[in-house]
Amino acid sequence: MSTMKKVMAWVDERFPATETWEAHLSKYYAPKNFNFWYFFGSLALLVLVMQILTGVWLAMSYKPDAGLAFASVEYIMRDVDYGWLIRYMHSTGASAFFIVVYLHMFRGLIYGSYRKPRELLWIIGVIIYLAMMATAFFGYLLPWGQMSFWGAQVIVNLFAAVPFVGEELSVWVRGDYVISDVTLNRFFAFHFLLPFILAALVFVHIVALHKVGSNNPDGIEIKKNKDANGIPLDGIPFHPYYTVKDIVGVVGFLMIFSAVLFFAPEMGGFFIEAPNFEPANPLKTPEHIAPVWYFTPFYAMLRAIPPMFGSQFPGVVVMFGAIAVLFVLPWLDRSPVKSIRYKGPIFKIAITIFVISFVVLGWLGVQASTPTKTLLAQIFTALYFAFFFLMPWYSKIDKTKPVPERVTE
Amino acid sequence: MKKLVIAFVMAALPAFALAAGAGVHLDKAPVNLRDQASLQRGAQMFVNYCLSCHSAQFMRFNRMGADLGISDEQLKANMMFGTDKVGDTMTIAMPAKDSKVWFGNPPPDLSVIARARGADWLYTYMRTFYIDEKKPMGVNNAVFPDVGMPHVLWELQGMQKPVYHTGEDGHTSISGYELVKAGTMTPAEYDAAVGDLVNFLVYMGEPVQLKRQELGIKVLIFLAFLFVLAYLLKKEYWKDIH
Repeated sequence: MSTMKKVMAWVDERFPATETWEAHLSKYYAPKNFNFWYFFGSLALLVLVMQILTGVWLAMSYKPDAGLAFASVEYIMRDVDYGWLIRYMHSTGASAFFIVVYLHMFRGLIYGSYRKPRELLWIIGVIIYLAMMATAFFGYLLPWGQMSFWGAQVIVNLFAAVPFVGEELSVWVRGDYVISDVTLNRFFAFHFLLPFILAALVFVHIVALHKVGSNNPDGIEIKKNKDANGIPLDGIPFHPYYTVKDIVGVVGFLMIFSAVLFFAPEMGGFFIEAPNFEPANPLKTPEHIAPVWYFTPFYAMLRAIPPMFGSQFPGVVVMFGAIAVLFVLPWLDRSPVKSIRYKGPIFKIAITIFVISFVVLGWLGVQASTPTKTLLAQIFTALYFAFFFLMPWYSKIDKTKPVPERVTE
Repeated sequence: MKKLVIAFVMAALPAFALAAGAGVHLDKAPVNLRDQASLQRGAQMFVNYCLSCHSAQFMRFNRMGADLGISDEQLKANMMFGTDKVGDTMTIAMPAKDSKVWFGNPPPDLSVIARARGADWLYTYMRTFYIDEKKPMGVNNAVFPDVGMPHVLWELQGMQKPVYHTGEDGHTSISGYELVKAGTMTPAEYDAAVGDLVNFLVYMGEPVQLKRQELGIKVLIFLAFLFVLAYLLKKEYWKDIH
């Protein structure tokens, strides 16, 4: 026995190293027909790690103090060696994270990856998405610019719309009557903590995935067809096949990511908003408050719902409902097939309308509201929800195509 | 599937098409960060005219010197009036409490003003002060109505009054300016001087810009090579999979 093997044997008697490696990588069989859409899971993991690393390094120079925060960010940008690079990786990474996760979720939608037996996998994913949004929200206050301050003010005020306890609740969240140094400190604490919870949730997400096995563009179970050794006929070991494939995806992603980071880090005001280069000023409300692009679809829904009984609460309910509805999605879909490849025309139209609604709502969320735009927001909010609430009906009557026994391509 | 991708991209287009502001037409600022002479002239103008009311508290004199090719001796002799330490940042002696009384608001720090306002806004702003006797400083501004700042560069530009134009819809707007009192510069010279100043402000907003782009090119070239390697590796492994 070679020394290396001896060492591994010694370790394996005490820790399931080889066993874990085989169960999750070298003998984890994934369908061989993954396409473009299957890059985004590994990319999301990459961005998470990058955000944690750059975030820790930023925290070494950042000061969570209302009097120093804005200046400390500029200190990082100017005086810390390659501080600008770390900061732009982090700010670009935040948007990149949402882009890859939105595409990852879209993949789940079109190939029915939320369907039995992957309901829990999907639900854990939605929880990850919620944790991501919370992390992003806390983090956005930290540069202590005008948009940081007023964005947080608007969002925390949503809690004030909760009947009866709203006022006290919002004061409890802020720790003050307005967004202040106290708020900044606690947001920093949460922004540092949440990514580690996020990492733990991602671990659970992967454990759940490896229990049920990956779905694929055909939406069929590869475990139904196994060879004599119990290995799925349409499965290939994740390592090396998908590790080498994902490296291609990673490098491709990094090229796009670097193009933004090095040549357009503000991304035309979408990734870093111009008003955020003015320090937070509680006495001066910006002309137009818009959250960062990844929140704008939900912000548009919030503004679309008129106050009822003098309360903004219905809008808040609709906004959170737009995310909450994702939790029940596995039970809304009654189609006999999973993948869009074999679903009928109604689903294809429905998902197209859904994507258009989400994008248009995102666009409306950055616009100053006008009566026409509010009406548009109302229509697209209705369409967004229709995709989910009408699904039990349209997924049942839709004309599906026969599903093949084995994966195609 | 392809149709779906196209539909998705088409639907995403409007989201990238916006990002412009409304209001007054902004003139395009002649920004060129590789024009070191322009940046030096802009810096000189900045320290002479701006840096007594406005600070640039995140900008170090010697960082500016290193980036714009100005030696420490030249900095000390021509550009530093409040300090003699080249490692200091551009702070001012005017207390914010007093300036709030004098101008209504303390003059903002200008370190990242170009990133907050945009170069074109600044370029237009510095060229559209006009006589308005109703205002405490006797001037108003086309892009910043009721501005608290006096027309600091009036000696250079002179004083101008607006020429109004009433459109077919009955809406009156400023269509141009008429010089009432000539300055020491011709209008073309003044535009060029403001162009230099704005160029400098853009540099100061993010001093690392040029280095960032240089590094970006190297990173992209490296990644392009890596992509080819990664792709060939993948192809090699996958040749047995059908």
